[in-house]
Amino acid sequence: MESISIEGTPKTPTVDFNADTGIIEIKGRSIPENSIEFYRPLVEWLDDYSNNPQKLTTVNIQLEYFNTSSSKCILDVFKKLETIKKARNDVVINWYYEEDDEDMLEAGEDYESIIRIPFKMIEVVD
Amino acid sequence: MSFDIDEQFSKMNEGDVLLAYKGSITAQLITNVLGVVETKLDHVIEKSITKKKIYNVLVESLQNLYHHVDDLPEEFNNDLDIHFGIFVVSMIDDRYEIRTGNFIKNDKIKSLKERLDKIKSLSKEELKELYKFVLNNQKFSDKGGGGLGLIDIARRTDGKVDYHFEDFNPDFSFFMLTIVI
Repeated sequence: MESISIEGTPKTPTVDFNADTGIIEIKGRSIPENSIEFYRPLVEWLDDYSNNPQKLTTVNIQLEYFNTSSSKCILDVFKKLETIKKARNDVVINWYYEEDDEDMLEAGEDYESIIRIPFKMIEVVD
Repeated sequence: MSFDIDEQFSKMNEGDVLLAYKGSITAQLITNVLGVVETKLDHVIEKSITKKKIYNVLVESLQNLYHHVDDLPEEFNNDLDIHFGIFVVSMIDDRYEIRTGNFIKNDKIKSLKERLDKIKSLSKEELKELYKFVLNNQKFSDKGGGGLGLIDIARRTDGKVDYHFEDFNPDFSFFMLTIVI
């Protein structure tokens, strides 16, 4: 299965999805006006990946900013991961937030309360 | 015409203005504005968390404009750009204010008012629950908005959001939103 590797822009994040290692990363900024377009291939990739996932899938989300349009798409990503976990695979979600960024920590907690995968909250200190 | 855009725009230019814009609201414009504001904020604010809050609220309020501006009928095209909106980012005392303005069809006012009044009346915890409910249950509208923008702004600013409508003509009004950070 092909990996996805997308370079970040001022409005879209850096994305690395690797089926061989089971490491899935979204980093940077996600603030496009219409995020469905950007996230559709990522969700489709996860759909494929869920057919034959690694025993352990490690998800690293390290976003500086994301808008509400992205928030729904990010939930779609998490819902795919929930499916993988339900099929008795390990999924670890690492949610990174900048020191003192309560809003970003809370955003992670919001997701954690909706999907049934525990999050590891990791504070990044400069 | 009882309502004058230019007059309204100058009234909105209150305090120490970081940026003021009047014209077409496009995706490219928003990208440029965010770049400019970010650079300016880097110069005037020390605290990274305050900067982030302003930036986040600015993203949501500009993208709300982008998604929800109503275009006036063609007869106005000579006077106003299509997809017309205005916004001002300024500092008043030690607070930041983001003001936006756009035309809205009169038949949409009632539901927008109800939405805003409801959001303004909710506590922090209620806003969080509403946000999560809409996030999990509501589909994207055909305009691409997720119905979360105003809730998100209210959450980040502890409900410091105000609005009013100015009559424009029998079909349209001008909607103004003021957000205090």
